[in-house]
This record gives sequence, structure tokens and C-alpha cells, in this order.
Amino acid sequence: MPASALCLSLTGVRYALGSARSASGVTEILAGVDLTARRGEVTVIIGPNGAGKTTTLGCAQGMIRPSAGTVRLLGQDPYRAGAELRARVGVMLQDGGLPQSVKPVTLLRHISALHQYPWPLKDLTERLDLGSFLTTSVRRLSGGQKQRIALAAALIGRPELVFLDEPSAGLDPQSRQLVFDLISELRSCGTGIVLTTHLLEEAQQLADSVHILKDGQVVRHGTVAELTHQGSAAARNGTVPARRLTFASPRILTAAELKAAPLPVAQDNGTNRAGSCWAVENISTPADLQALSSWWAQIDLLPAEISFEARTLEDVFWEVSAP
Amino acid sequence: MSTQPNTTGTTPPAPRPAPAHRRVLAHGLYEAQITLRNGEQLLVSLILPLLVLIGLHRAHAITDIVPEIQTTAPGVLALAVMASAFTGASIATGFERQYRVLAFLSTTPLGPTGLILGKAIAVLCVILVQLTVLGGTGLALGWEPDPVGLIWLGCGVVLGAAAFTALGLLIAGTVRAEATLAVTNVAWVLMGAAGGAVIPLSHEGAGALLLGLPSAALGEALREAAIHGTLPVIPLLILTAWVVTAVLLARRFFRWT
Repeated sequence: MPASALCLSLTGVRYALGSARSASGVTEILAGVDLTARRGEVTVIIGPNGAGKTTTLGCAQGMIRPSAGTVRLLGQDPYRAGAELRARVGVMLQDGGLPQSVKPVTLLRHISALHQYPWPLKDLTERLDLGSFLTTSVRRLSGGQKQRIALAAALIGRPELVFLDEPSAGLDPQSRQLVFDLISELRSCGTGIVLTTHLLEEAQQLADSVHILKDGQVVRHGTVAELTHQGSAAARNGTVPARRLTFASPRILTAAELKAAPLPVAQDNGTNRAGSCWAVENISTPADLQALSSWWAQIDLLPAEISFEARTLEDVFWEVSAP
Repeated sequence: MSTQPNTTGTTPPAPRPAPAHRRVLAHGLYEAQITLRNGEQLLVSLILPLLVLIGLHRAHAITDIVPEIQTTAPGVLALAVMASAFTGASIATGFERQYRVLAFLSTTPLGPTGLILGKAIAVLCVILVQLTVLGGTGLALGWEPDPVGLIWLGCGVVLGAAAFTALGLLIAGTVRAEATLAVTNVAWVLMGAAGGAVIPLSHEGAGALLLGLPSAALGEALREAAIHGTLPVIPLLILTAWVVTAVLLARRFFRWT
């Protein structure tokens, strides 16, 4: 990928709140974020609540001035951006940023008037199926309808790069698919898309690259395949994707039994049956399976249920988010 | 370059902002339209000042304690300017800040500067409507402003609008929207009733100190211009000082989010 395809780069970006002189001191929100996004790609930022996702977007969009580090948005410093740069970037805020008393049609016409070559409102309205509530004031709209209006407002200037903070929050499955289709189409047209989400299945489906934030830092990044293969020797060689085995135990496993396991066995965070359900990550050879089977025989355990699947982004997320 | 499809199937030009003057004008008209369609804003900006004008005129017919229309009409115009530039603009801005509308608009080609200029145009549009309705009603009730003084009255209105808009933005940009609502409404009532906007203050003793208030300066400027037709130098200087102070403070402390 040529360097010119880069549309966003954050290097060592730090952001802190408060002052050393105040009683509460300084709280570091971002502790050196490195992140890049490219044209024609969907870059997804995930992380637990409070990881710094929205602040990272704020710095990238030029709404927040970083305490340290460099941000380049389409080759410029977004904090000092003029109208020319802002016209090339679309922003959808997490909670919309929509005026409550205004009708969507009035708002979208206004945003459209700020651009020289806007996306025709009629066309955008049809694409996002906004017609039925275009003349209802924003405060009367459902959460999902507000999301679609905010998305339309972000896209109406035909941006080269669009930031979407939780674009599918509150959407029903039909609307979510509509938004996904539009995002995919924008990507195929060369638009860069940077989005945050809590829906890991959505991230896995859409992402060309994923950045996982934790405690104000990018702790893992790469393509979905790269992230889900990490940790497996065979996967590192590029031959076999790592797999994950989960099993339900009909009885409590003792610490000694767990210690005797041939591979690390951890409680399965992805289920609601904590305590009875266990997970073994990064199984990449038949010998790993054989060793597990021998261990079960050794501790006289017949699992009530076994599931064996490729590692997902959700598995990586739980692994990274563990305290 | 972005190549999102369009209805004609052709590749659209690269994204560009509309020319600056068009963006600012569009935002001014958009905000003015929202304000003039908002019932609560209309009540504070137009209906209440209208009731005060008619009420004082009627009261003067009963008792001489209430000044005549030549004095109260410019005072009510000052009250109306404070309502739209201070109370109306700050409450709207406070809630826009709370709902992150300001944050969103600052990411569009409008930007922070365009946003402020657009708001100023919106305030001036609303004031124009106020001057037409209240001035027209005043004339119908017997108000006879000095024709030359109308120029100075216009200057006073513009300076007053600038001072009160900056003060309003200072409050809206530093405290919560609910607090802005409470503070600006109470301040408007106090400044209107006892701050020298509608009824002139004494120029002697302790009352003279209150002439430094922006409400008193605006009231004095409009009355002097309308009654005597002269340039109200001192009140305009006081208003200018308020403009400079409030703008500097707003620039320093205003927070978009």
C-alpha cells in the first residue's frame, strides 16, 4: 500500500486532564496512541469503556488538542484545520450532536449548504431510508432514527474520510444492514472510514484493520486474521489459524487439576456460565487436542459440552481486556 | 479523492466547502429561522417586551410615576435587545453545547469562527424583527423618535447586541445549560426591572454607580438618541468597554463541549 493511501496517522498521542496543582491531579486519558488509517479501508477502534476511543477520535478530528504527539489528517494538522480540510472529512459523533428542536430536513439542507458539491439530499434520503421521519423534529425521533440522521449529516459533503463513533448503536437489524451496506460501498469507492464500536461481530465483519485500545494505548493492531492468529506457533508461520476450545465441566475443577493442564485453561468470559465453562486458547496442532484429551482422562473428567472453533475478535478482545 | 456514487452515475468533484460568505449567511438564516419558530424564544424576545410597552403606556395614563412613551419605548427596545442577544442566544447556545451540536458544527466547513459569525447574524435578524414590531407599536402609541437620533439608536443597538451576545456566550460556554437558563432569565428580569434598561436610573448618588451596568448603558444610549437626537458618547463608551471585556473573557473561557 503506497504511503499516499494514508489518510490519518496518530503518533505518540497523549492527552491528560486536570493539573498537577489540583487536588485530583492529572488523569492521563491517552498514553501514547499510535494509529493509522488508509483510504478505501475500514479502520475499527475497539476497547473497553474508558479505554480512550472517543478521545482518540476527538484528537484525530481536531476537536481535542493532544498534550503531546502528532496527528496528521489528510496530511494536515486537524486542530488548526480550515474549512478546506473540514469539507473533506465527515464526522458522526457518538451521541449525534443533533439540535433537538429542528426537523432533519432543515438540518440536512443546512449542512448541505455548507458544501460546494454535496451529496443530493434526495439520493441520500433514499439510501438511508430517512423519508418517513425527515419532517419530524429530532427530539421526537427514536435512537436509531437519530443515528441515521447523524450518519447522513456526516456523509452529505461526500467526505474523503469519515469518522463514525458507534454508528450502529440503537439500530434495528434492518437499519444496521443498511448502514453496513453503505459503509462497504463507501469503502469500495475509496473513502477512508474510521469507526468505533462495541459490537465485535460488526467489527470482524467490516474491518480491514483493527486497533484495540486499553488504558489509553493501542495494545494490539492488525487485520482481523492477524489478530485472531496471534499466539499460535503455526499461525505465526502462516500455516494454520489458531483455534479455541471451550468445554463445560460437570464439576468444579481444583487448582491442582488446572495446574496439571497441558495448555493454559481459563474461565470462559464469553459465556454466562462462569465457573463451569472453560476455554483453551491457541490450539494449533492435533497434538494439542490429544494432550487435552489425555488431561481429561487423567483427572477423570468427561466434559458435558465441547465446542471447537477458530478464534474470533471477541476472544482477542477478552484476552486483551482482562485485568 | 472521494468518488461516492451519485444519481447521474458520474464521478462527483472533490469535496470543497461553499464560499465563506455563503456558509456564514446560511448559518445566520438557519439560526434565525430556528429562533423565530421557537415559541419560548418568541415569548421572551417579542411578546413580553410588547406587553411591557403597552402596559407602561397604559400605566402612564393612570399615574405620572410611570414615564411617558418617549422614555419607555427606547427602554423597551433595550429590553428586547437584551432578550434576544443575551437570554435567547445564551440559552440556545447552552443547550446546543449540552447536546454537542456545537461540537458537531465545529467539525463542518462552518468551523468555530463561522459558527460565531452566523450566530451574530441570527441575533441581528431577530433584532430587526423586534425593532420593526416594537418600533411600529411604539409609533402607533405616540412615540416620536428624533429622526437623526435613529442613526445613533442603531449604533447603540448594534453595540448592545455585541456586548450582550458576548456576555451570553460567556455564560453558556462555561456553565451547564440548566444553569445558563436560570442565570440569564433572572439577570434579564433584574436588569430590565432595576438595571436601568426600561426605567432611567438616577444620575446622582449611589444610583449613578449602576449606570456602569451594560443594561443601563444600553437604555441610556437608546433614550438619549431617540429623545435628544444626540450621540450618546458616555453610554456608548461604557458599552464598548463591556464588548471588549466580554469578548476577551468569552474567548478565554468558552468551552465548545
